[in-house]
Amino acid sequence: MAELAVNEVGRGREKTALWPQTLSGRRLLGHGALHLALVAAGITFLVPFFWVVSTSFKLPGKVFTYPIKWIPDPFMESNYPDMLRLVEIAGRPGMLVFAQNTMIIAVLATLGTLVSCAFVAYSFARLRWPERDLAFSACLATMMLPGVVTLVPTFLIFRDLHWLDTLLPLIVPPWFGINGFYVFLMRQSFLGLPYELEEAARVDGASSLRILWQIMMPLSGPTVATVAIFSFLHHYNDFMGPMIYLSSNRNYTLSLGLYMVQGRYGTNWPMVMAASTVVILPPLIVFFLAQRYFIRGIQLSGIAGR
Amino acid sequence: MSRGRRLGGRLSWKEATEGRLFALPFALGFLLWWAYPMGYSIYLTVQDWDLITPPKFAGLENFAKLLADPQVALSLSNTAFYTFLGVPIHLVVALALALALNVSLRGVAFYRTVFYLPSITPVVASAVVWTQIFHPEFGMLNAFLGLFGVPPVKWLFEPAIAKPAFIFMTTWTVGPQVVIFLAGLQAVPETLHEAAQIDGATIWQRFRLITLPMLSPIMFFNLVVGIIGSFQVFTSAFVMTAGGPQNATLFTVLYLYRNGFEYFKMGYAAVLAWMLFFIIVFFTIVQFRLASRWVYYEGSKH
Repeated sequence: MAELAVNEVGRGREKTALWPQTLSGRRLLGHGALHLALVAAGITFLVPFFWVVSTSFKLPGKVFTYPIKWIPDPFMESNYPDMLRLVEIAGRPGMLVFAQNTMIIAVLATLGTLVSCAFVAYSFARLRWPERDLAFSACLATMMLPGVVTLVPTFLIFRDLHWLDTLLPLIVPPWFGINGFYVFLMRQSFLGLPYELEEAARVDGASSLRILWQIMMPLSGPTVATVAIFSFLHHYNDFMGPMIYLSSNRNYTLSLGLYMVQGRYGTNWPMVMAASTVVILPPLIVFFLAQRYFIRGIQLSGIAGR
Repeated sequence: MSRGRRLGGRLSWKEATEGRLFALPFALGFLLWWAYPMGYSIYLTVQDWDLITPPKFAGLENFAKLLADPQVALSLSNTAFYTFLGVPIHLVVALALALALNVSLRGVAFYRTVFYLPSITPVVASAVVWTQIFHPEFGMLNAFLGLFGVPPVKWLFEPAIAKPAFIFMTTWTVGPQVVIFLAGLQAVPETLHEAAQIDGATIWQRFRLITLPMLSPIMFFNLVVGIIGSFQVFTSAFVMTAGGPQNATLFTVLYLYRNGFEYFKMGYAAVLAWMLFFIIVFFTIVQFRLASRWVYYEGSKH
C-alpha cells in the first residue's frame, strides 16, 4: 500500500498544475486499489464499534452464533435500563453515580487546567522576569519525564493529606499549571497575537490580569478549545489515577465502574457491552462536535516535537 | 523575543513581580508534583515500608532485591518486546495510512475520523471490548479467521501469542500518529517532487530522498513519544490479562503497581520506578543523540 501511495505523494493535490495528465490506465488501477485498501482499513477500524453496539442489544443466549448476526433478534433495548441498575449505590443506579463523579472530575480538572495554564502561559509569553527561561525549560522538561517515578510518592502525599478515596487527588493537581504541553500550546498562541493590542490596552490603564482575560484569552479561542478538549478527554479516560486513589463504589468513575462490571458480570456479554457503549459514547460526541480542534491539537502536538 | 519597549526602569520591577506571580501556580505545582515526589521517591528507595508499621531504613536491600528478582528481568523483557516490536510496527502502519490518505483525496476527512475514533475510546472500554474480540471460543477475530479456514487461536491465553496480540490491538489506536504524519506530508513542498520528477527520479527515489527526509522530524517525534508511552504500558495488561498467561504480559509498570498498591512494598516499588525512569531517559537521550544522523531539519546546515 505504501508503494502505491508514494506514487502520488505531493502531486495528488494539484493534478493539473504542471502535468495536465489524464489518468492513465495504470494510475486509475492504482487509485482503485488504493481506495479499496482504504475502505478495508476503514472497516477494520470500525468493526469493533459495530460489534460492541450490536452485542449490547442481544439476548445473552444469542451472542455466540456463527456467523455473527449483526442485527440482534430479538432486539433487547431493555439491556440498557438493566445495565444501569446492575450496580446500585445508595438506591441510585450505579452507572449514573459513576457518570456524575466522572463529570465532576473532568469538568473541574479541565477548568483548573485552563485557568492555571493561562496564567503561566501569559507569564512565559509576555512578562519578563529573571528566572523565566529557566522556569520555561522546566515546564518543557515535564513533557519528557516519565510520570511513573512520581506514582508511589504522590500516593503517599495524598495519603498524608487524608485525601484518599475522595475526588480531590484527581481534581486538585491540574489547578497548578503543570502540564507542559498545554502551557506550551497556550504560550505559542499568546506569542502570535499582535503586541500593539496589549500596548494599547496598557496605555488605557488595563492591568495584566485584564489583558489576559479580556484580550488574550478571547483571541486564543481555538487553542483554548483544543486544550479544553484534550484535558477533558484525558480526565474522562483516566484509569490508573482513579484506580489508585478511589476505593468505595460511590466514588468510582465510569472507567472504574466498567472495570468492575466486567469483573462481576464478565460472562454476561450484552451487559458488559451495553456498559462499554455508554462509556464510549460521550468522548465520541465530544469528538464529533469539536473535530477540527481535535485534529488541530494533534497536529500541533507533532509540530511541538520539532 | 525582542520587543522594542518599555516605559523605563520602574515598570520592570513591577513586571518581574507580576511575571513571577502569574507563574506561581507552575512553580508550586512543579515543587509539589515533581520535585518533592522525586525527592520523596529517592528517600523511599532505602526504606522498608508496608504502610502499617513505620518505615525502617533498609540500606541497599531494595537494590539487592531488584538484581535477584527474576520477575524484574521478565517484566523488562516483556516491556522491551512490546516496545521495540510494537512501536516500529505502529509507525509503519500509521505512515502507510497517512500516505494513502494524502494521495486519495476523496473522503480524507471521513477516513481521518474513522482512523481517529479508536484512540479516543477510553482505554478500559477498548480493553474490555478487545478481551471479547480475542475470546478463544466466541470472539469475533477467530470467527473472522475461521472464514479462511484458520483454526481457533487462543490469543490472550497463549503465552507466545499474548504480546503480539497486544501489539495487534494497539495498532487500532494509531490514529493520532496518522493525523500527525498527514500534517507533515501536506507540508512537503510540491515543487520538490516536481523538480525531482523532471530530473527523472522514480517514485521510490522521490519517497526515499524527498518524502522521508522531510518527514523525519515528525517521525522522530512519533518515535520518541511512542517509546516513552510504550514503556509505561499498564491499563490494557491490567484489565485484559492481569499479567498472564504465565506472566507473558507482566509489564514493568504492572509489576510496579503490584508491589506498591497490592503488596504495599513502598521502597521496592520506588526502586522499580527509578529503574524504569532511567531506562526511559536513557533511550530518549540515545534517540536525541542519533537524531543528527537521520533527522533532517529544514534551515539547518546539513
